[in-house]
Amino acid sequence: MTKNNIESKVVLMQGNEAVARGAIDAGVNFFAGYPITPSTEIAEICSVELPKRGGKFIQMEDEIASISAIIGASLAGAKTMTATSGPGFSLMQEGIGFAKMTETPCVVVNVMRGGPSTGLPTKPSQADIMQTRWGNHGDAPAIVLYPDSVLESYELAIRAVNLSEKYRTCVVLLLDEVLGHMREAVTLPDLAKVKIINRIKPTIPPEWYKHYEDNPKYIHPLASYGEGYRFHVTGLAHDAYGFPTNRADETAVMMERLDKKIKHHLNDLVQIESFYMDDARTAIFAAGISARAAKTAVLMARKSGKKVGLLRPLTIWPFPDDAIRKYMKNVRNIFVPELNQGQLLNEVKRAMGGVWNYESRRSRKIIPIQKNDGQLITPADIINKMKEVK
Amino acid sequence: MQKIPQKIIHTRYLRHRKKFPHVWCPGCSNGIVLGAIMRAIDELKWKRSNTAMVSGIGCSSRMPVYVDFNTLHSLHGRAIAYATGIKMFKPEMNVMVVTGDGDATAIGGNHFIHAARRNIDLTVILINNYIYGMTGGQYSPTTPTGDIATTTPYGNIDPVFDICELAMGAGATFVARTTAYHALEAQSFIKQALEHKGFSLVEIISACPVIYGKLNKKGDAIAMMNAMKKNAVSLKAWEKLPEDKLKGKIKRGILRNEIRPEYTDEYAKLVQKVQGGK
Repeated sequence: MTKNNIESKVVLMQGNEAVARGAIDAGVNFFAGYPITPSTEIAEICSVELPKRGGKFIQMEDEIASISAIIGASLAGAKTMTATSGPGFSLMQEGIGFAKMTETPCVVVNVMRGGPSTGLPTKPSQADIMQTRWGNHGDAPAIVLYPDSVLESYELAIRAVNLSEKYRTCVVLLLDEVLGHMREAVTLPDLAKVKIINRIKPTIPPEWYKHYEDNPKYIHPLASYGEGYRFHVTGLAHDAYGFPTNRADETAVMMERLDKKIKHHLNDLVQIESFYMDDARTAIFAAGISARAAKTAVLMARKSGKKVGLLRPLTIWPFPDDAIRKYMKNVRNIFVPELNQGQLLNEVKRAMGGVWNYESRRSRKIIPIQKNDGQLITPADIINKMKEVK
Repeated sequence: MQKIPQKIIHTRYLRHRKKFPHVWCPGCSNGIVLGAIMRAIDELKWKRSNTAMVSGIGCSSRMPVYVDFNTLHSLHGRAIAYATGIKMFKPEMNVMVVTGDGDATAIGGNHFIHAARRNIDLTVILINNYIYGMTGGQYSPTTPTGDIATTTPYGNIDPVFDICELAMGAGATFVARTTAYHALEAQSFIKQALEHKGFSLVEIISACPVIYGKLNKKGDAIAMMNAMKKNAVSLKAWEKLPEDKLKGKIKRGILRNEIRPEYTDEYAKLVQKVQGGK
């Protein structure tokens, strides 16, 4: 490849734009959404790009209708996405639960803004981390991805679509308000080399088809409406055919599958970045935009000779328990900077609970660095906190 | 009107080996409506694999599980939004929604009016039994003022929705109303609605003798059927009736049948324009 060719792939791009382009490159051909700051650009770009490629875009009457429409379209065979922010994400929770329960692939992008309620529509926040895990009622595990750069927004949008198709579930892509609106120079990967996953289609005759066939890997083929496989889909507890059931044995099988299909594939799902962690004595655990500040803080601390490292989850749910235990084993202090009141902090404490009893041993601490006033955590905030804690 | 034996309907369109007996109470009109839908589809010779039935939550919304189509039993009030997704992605499919008065006009009112406004080619078959039956008899937007429900123990003070007027006001292009007593008329209206290109609504007044009937002393299923026979007035007769005699009567007939650009057609044109202009 010539130098010119490489350079022509460098583009100046916004986070929201990267998400839309990544999703479309991953094959998304149906988008239903409702305008909300700071995610609206994703809908706008999809409304421009999808008709050009024969895809469909529709602006629905609200967020509830948007999640409903993408689940309907997904059952008809579409690769689907919607994008929203806090208030709309709250409205979508019942639909997200429906997608998980009925094992229907779809992607929901939540560009986080300050909350609760209408909150700070144009300011950053990381306070939806727990809602992405526990937002829908009932037990259902979540797959949530969280990038820290524009390029990674593009990559994780592709990954979100791939995982939703592979695991037949709703995948949430979390984005920071700042990242959604920030422009960065991005070198897009060669699309021919990007791995695109499509849902497995049944090959057996329609009369043998079970919409929820159980198998050891908990991943099963998915037929689409209008292709001869006439199946039933319900949000009620259901048997292997998808018909409603009250039987404890059939419900148990269904609930176990929802759980196991995530837990059996942690190696595939969990992604982390370890940054100067190999010899680190002090660690930072941060995600999204706070991890960018943390990276600079690590470099600053390293310059002054301190052994500081950063562990950053790209997949925040399922939570990277094993990675934390592995990397943090020999660390003295863990700093957790985040734009909320401790949503990651408590998870880190939970994950570390069995490894070292941090409360009884003075020398080891998990230290919060928190802001929820719409301002970002700066590298200086982290450095200053490190100086405070000896 | 071609008559087909019930048995053929059972074996051709119902999941008769898997899902029966059904959940509906004795005397419920939902079975009559289901029969009318099956016969209408048989007349149209629609392919089962190309037909989708979508519902929300409620008594009527249990219907999809019994029919051998592409079926979706979605969330309370959201059936029309789910159906919009299916129709939008696969316009070649026949998509119908079976819903009730509470599902479509209370919790799902927003989706109902906006689908009508878009004139997307969905057929909504709305079974109006004046009550929330599945949850045991609470008042709905169509429970007549003064009537008793478990949440209006002292009488309902809410004014009611005229669902057909609501749909027409929102822009629906085919609107018809009949009752479960007029089963063959229901079949004919449903057939015309399914054939109609655009948003169509068939409201079918139904009997809920076990809950609504009992709470309001309407008698058994037969008495409620007789009341429908007596009170549902055809359009022609309605116009001749003096105003003082219209009280308590139900207007039945095709209230609107017009052609307006259909949403998925318009989107296809838009796609063509965008791609052609490249």
